[in-house]
Amino acid sequence: MTIKSLYGTENMSNARVSPWFSGPLKGLGAVLKRLSSDPSSCFGLAVVVILVLCAILAPWIATHDPNLVDLPNALRSPDAANWFGTDELGRDIYSRIVHGTRITLSIITLVSIVVGPVGLLVGTTAGYFGGWCDTVMMRITDIFLSFPGLILSLAFVAALGAGLENAIIAIALTSWPPIARLARAETLTFRSADYISASRMQGASSIRIITKSIMPMCLPSVLVRITLSMATVILTAAGLGFLGLGAQPPLPEWGAMIATGRRYMLDSWWLVAFPGAAILIVSLAFNLLGDGLRDALDPKQR
Amino acid sequence: MSDVTIKGLTISLGMGAAQKKILNEVGFSVASGESFGLVGESGSGKSTILRCFARLLTFWSGEISIAGRPVDQIPAAEYCRLVQMVFQDPYGSLHPRQSIKTALQEPLRIHRLDRQQERMEKALIDVGLNGSFLSRYPHELSGGQRQRVAIARALILEPSVLLLDEPTSALDVSVQAEVLNLLNEIRRTRKLTYLFVSHDLAVIDYMCERLAVMQSGSIVEIMNRTELCKGGAKHPYARQLIDSSIEYDRVA
Repeated sequence: MTIKSLYGTENMSNARVSPWFSGPLKGLGAVLKRLSSDPSSCFGLAVVVILVLCAILAPWIATHDPNLVDLPNALRSPDAANWFGTDELGRDIYSRIVHGTRITLSIITLVSIVVGPVGLLVGTTAGYFGGWCDTVMMRITDIFLSFPGLILSLAFVAALGAGLENAIIAIALTSWPPIARLARAETLTFRSADYISASRMQGASSIRIITKSIMPMCLPSVLVRITLSMATVILTAAGLGFLGLGAQPPLPEWGAMIATGRRYMLDSWWLVAFPGAAILIVSLAFNLLGDGLRDALDPKQR
Repeated sequence: MSDVTIKGLTISLGMGAAQKKILNEVGFSVASGESFGLVGESGSGKSTILRCFARLLTFWSGEISIAGRPVDQIPAAEYCRLVQMVFQDPYGSLHPRQSIKTALQEPLRIHRLDRQQERMEKALIDVGLNGSFLSRYPHELSGGQRQRVAIARALILEPSVLLLDEPTSALDVSVQAEVLNLLNEIRRTRKLTYLFVSHDLAVIDYMCERLAVMQSGSIVEIMNRTELCKGGAKHPYARQLIDSSIEYDRVA
C-alpha cells in the first residue's frame, strides 16, 4: 500500500516537473514564467538579477572609487554627490556597496559550487548504499549539524586565519550537511523503485546508478535548498565580516562596513543603515526566490 | 539452451524472533523455450522468486541454475545478457527524467555494443512502436506504450530468459490483450524462456504451458494447461483458487 501510494505521488511529480527536463531551454522559460507569476518570487528574482548586474557593471555604476580616502569629506550625510553619504574616511558608501556585491556574489557562488556537489554526493551515496556506509556518513553529518553554523565557521576561521578565502572555506564546511541530509532522504524514496532495479539488472554499476538515475531525481530539491541556504550564507559571511574574521578592511564587504560604522552609528546612521539594508534585501530576495523555485520545481511541497 | 532449474529456494526476511520465511523450499524446472506461470494470492511469494532469480535479492539459499550453471557463479555482465525482467508497474519502471532514448541506450553503453541507433530503433519496432518514440519521455506515453518500452528495454540485450512480474496487471483489458499477444509473438520468434507471474488465471492460461500454484511461500501444485482447463487440480487450495476464478468470471 505504501509503495503504491509512493508511486502515485511520484507520477504526479514527474508529470509536473518533467517539462524542465524535457528541454533545458524550453523548461527554463517555463520556470521563469512560473516565478514571475508570483509577486514575491518575482521580487526575489529581480533583486538577484540586479545584484548580478551590479557585480558585473560595478566600475560603471559606482560614482566614486570605493577605496578613495577623502578625509575632508568624512561622515557626510547623504546628498546629491554622495547618494548614501560617506564613511569615517570620506569613502563613498554607495560605491562601496556596489563593489561589495562582487564580494557577496563570489562568496555565494563559491560556497554553492562546493556545497552542492559535496552534499549531493555524500547524501546520495549514503542513501543508496545504506548499512554501515550510511551510518558513518550520516553520523559525520550529524556532528557538523550539531554546531550552530556561525560558531563552527568562527572556529574554522580562527584555525585557518582571517580572510575572505578562509571565510568561504569555513562557510562551505558548515553548509553542506543540510543538503546531504536532504539528498539522502530523497534517495531513500527512490532507491527501491523499479527503474533502479531495472538499471541494476542491466548491469549498471553503483556509481552509474547514483550519478545517472538518482542524482537527477534529487537535483530540483537540492537546488531549492541551496537557494534558500544562500540567505544564510550571506548572513554568515556578513557576520564573519562584522567580527573581523571575514573580508579584511579595505575590502568593501557589507558586514565589515557595518562593523566599522558601528562606532559612528548614533550620529551618522547612514554608515550602518545602507549596508544593513543591502544585506537585508539580498538575503530576503534569496529566501523569496528559493520559495518560488520550490513551487516551480518541487510540486510535493504545494 | 536456457532451461531453468530452481531447487530448494528459501529466503527469510527479518532478524531473530521476527524472522519470517518468505519462500520455503521452492523448486521447479522450466524447459528451454517454455513459458512457466506462477499464480497465487498476494504475498504468496511469486514476485520474490523472480527477484531472487534476477539477483535483486541476494541472501537466499538453495539453487537456481540456467542451463546447468548456478546463477550466482555467472559474472554480472554476462548475466544481464542472459536474464532480463519486465516489472509490474509501467509507471514506476521507467526513469521519469530519462527519455526513451536514454533508457534504451544505457544498457547498450554499459555493455559497449555496436550499432546503437540501429538496435534502439529495431527494439522499438519489435514491440510495435517506432523510432520517433526515442525522443519522448515516459510521461508523454500511455501505460501500454510504457510497458512496451519496458519490454523493449528488457529485450535490447537479447536475453534468453525473460522474467515477467505481472506485466499486464496495471493495464486496462484491451491494452492487456495487445501486450500479451506481443509477448507471445516475441517468445515464438526469439525462442525465449518465460517465467510469468500473475494472479489472473485467465492470463496464465493464455500465456503458459505449465503453471505452479503458490500458497504462503510454497508451491502446492504444478500442473499443465490441459489439467487447468479440465479442472484437474488435485490440491484443495489450487482447486479453490481455480473455482473462485471461474466463479468471478461468471459473475462478471
